[in-house]
Amino acid sequence: MTTAAVPVPRAPRAGWSPGVLPGFGLSTGFTVLYLSVVVLVPLSTLALRSSALSWEEAWRIVASPRALASYRLSFGASLAAAGVNVVFGVLVAWVLARYRFPGRSLVDAVVDLPFALPTAVSGIALTAVYAPNGWIGRHLAPLGVKAAFSPLGVGIALTFIGLPFVIRTVQPVLEDLDAELEEAAAVLGAGRWQTFLHVLVPILLPAALTGFALAFARALGEYGSVVFISGNMPLRTEISPLLVMTRLEQYDYAGAAAIAVVLLGASFLILLGVNRLQAWARVRTGRA
Amino acid sequence: MSIEIRGLWKSFGTNTVLKDVSLDVPDGELVALLGPSGCGKTTLLRILAGLETADAGDVRHAGEEISSRSARERNVGLVFQHYALFRHMTVAENVGFALRVRKRPKEEIEARVNELLALVQLDAYRARYPHQLSGGQRQRVALARALATSPRILLLDEPFGALDARVRQELRRWLRRLHDELHVTSVFVTHDQEEAFEVSDRIVLMNQGRIEQVGSPAQVFEEPASPFVMRFLGAVNVFQGHVEGDRAYVQDLEFAAPGGAGRTPAHVFVRPHELEIHRAAVPGSLAATVSRLVPLGAAVRVELTAAGNGALEVELDLRRSEALALAPGDRVHLSPRRVRVFPASADQGDSLTASGL
Repeated sequence: MTTAAVPVPRAPRAGWSPGVLPGFGLSTGFTVLYLSVVVLVPLSTLALRSSALSWEEAWRIVASPRALASYRLSFGASLAAAGVNVVFGVLVAWVLARYRFPGRSLVDAVVDLPFALPTAVSGIALTAVYAPNGWIGRHLAPLGVKAAFSPLGVGIALTFIGLPFVIRTVQPVLEDLDAELEEAAAVLGAGRWQTFLHVLVPILLPAALTGFALAFARALGEYGSVVFISGNMPLRTEISPLLVMTRLEQYDYAGAAAIAVVLLGASFLILLGVNRLQAWARVRTGRA
Repeated sequence: MSIEIRGLWKSFGTNTVLKDVSLDVPDGELVALLGPSGCGKTTLLRILAGLETADAGDVRHAGEEISSRSARERNVGLVFQHYALFRHMTVAENVGFALRVRKRPKEEIEARVNELLALVQLDAYRARYPHQLSGGQRQRVALARALATSPRILLLDEPFGALDARVRQELRRWLRRLHDELHVTSVFVTHDQEEAFEVSDRIVLMNQGRIEQVGSPAQVFEEPASPFVMRFLGAVNVFQGHVEGDRAYVQDLEFAAPGGAGRTPAHVFVRPHELEIHRAAVPGSLAATVSRLVPLGAAVRVELTAAGNGALEVELDLRRSEALALAPGDRVHLSPRRVRVFPASADQGDSLTASGL
């Protein structure tokens, strides 16, 4: 037997390959243009606006005690609200995904209400309920808990408007979850709690983090509902977006932009961090 | 007895999937539950694992009634068709899971994981995640995970069903060798008769929620207890006939048959390799016409048509086929070497896929 000359397969082009679908150039070009027009250009004008100030002036505005107190409240309450939403959002998503009960579709619809409501309406409704003479506030007041017109009120409003995010990101993951995984854990001797902790939580983590990031971002930008329930006392219950609004009402555009830039930068860093965490969780669960 | 099942009933809504099932599995045996899909074999396995509860009946492991025990208290190993590995854990973490939830000391877990990974020949993959493994490797991880606590019983639910043919072949032999080493009582579910024959010590044939026959692979193949078993275990030719006394008749052929009173309609079953082809008519033969020849490697399948019987098939070895030199259209004569006769009333052939009829 003679060996015939075997044609050497052409080596694939070295480096990066764009995949089989054409249109990489076009779609990427469009994406960049779109993001520029919709997001980047408006945001950079913000920086431009604030550059009307000198460094000292800008620093005086963004580092004033009133501004610092508002950052603390805004970031603190947003993180806390997003945290509360992760815990209870996962719980609600679990109930909606796992159990069939009368009125389930009603509950499912109610979850989205905070999305649909004009934020001012939410704010008025929450204030009415949590004010010292409101339905819930009336019972909290004797316990020494001041729900409305306090930082707690800000947290309540932010929790309310961020509620749907975690539920809506976690619910589909729970619904797609293979029942065999839990059965396998049970047969291997894991209790319900161990199964939840070691099997379910790691699977839900990426979705829950996405929900957390969305709820946090939404809470940070929230203005309408908070101004009603917080009472807007400088240094105590004044949130950063309100501070921006106050500056705008005084025609201090540059000062408003300076505070906004700080908010923007900080939230970008936090969201970037959450995204990295998510990517790490995804790689670990094998869905990279 | 390692597993004793008595009078098990189970239904889902109006659909009764197990009807009075009783079965014994002796210690250290590897038993296959074989049957078409929907016959109740997987439900039976899940009841053994504690993932379903029976409506009535007893399950005993080593003499102990365990119906009231939950899955986690039974200490059985279970291998799923789609592996059900924890994808966020490495191979080693998956294998050690059962020991970790039992809060065993770290060194003990480490040692046991190493031992099991050596057993399934995956030592080199301990730090990988399941999505970085092939299907066969994943199933071996799943098996190692199931064996971690040295369970008294190993249950396998169509363990090779999701794998391609060649890997399946390898894993079957490997599972058999592994079982010969470990001697853990094993029950494994399959719808593939070849798989059941190759791997198991005994075969339990199930159909529509009932056990049709229990026996060694040779037994169930050579002495099928019912038309269902006959049809399920490979191709078979069916002739319509009748039984009178202890003789069965198909047209003018006559066979010995289990005694029946009076004249009753019967089905006469002949396996393709138990039919002889002759060029000339011999006593006790049946005329037929060759319609197609299908080479199968070491054997040749001859498809024929016979008046009054429709399509038939015969399997010949290569030498016999060459000696006959058959061609489509040839008139030949068929004589059965061996027949099995069942009353027609016992045969619900239409629910099954049997070739040759």
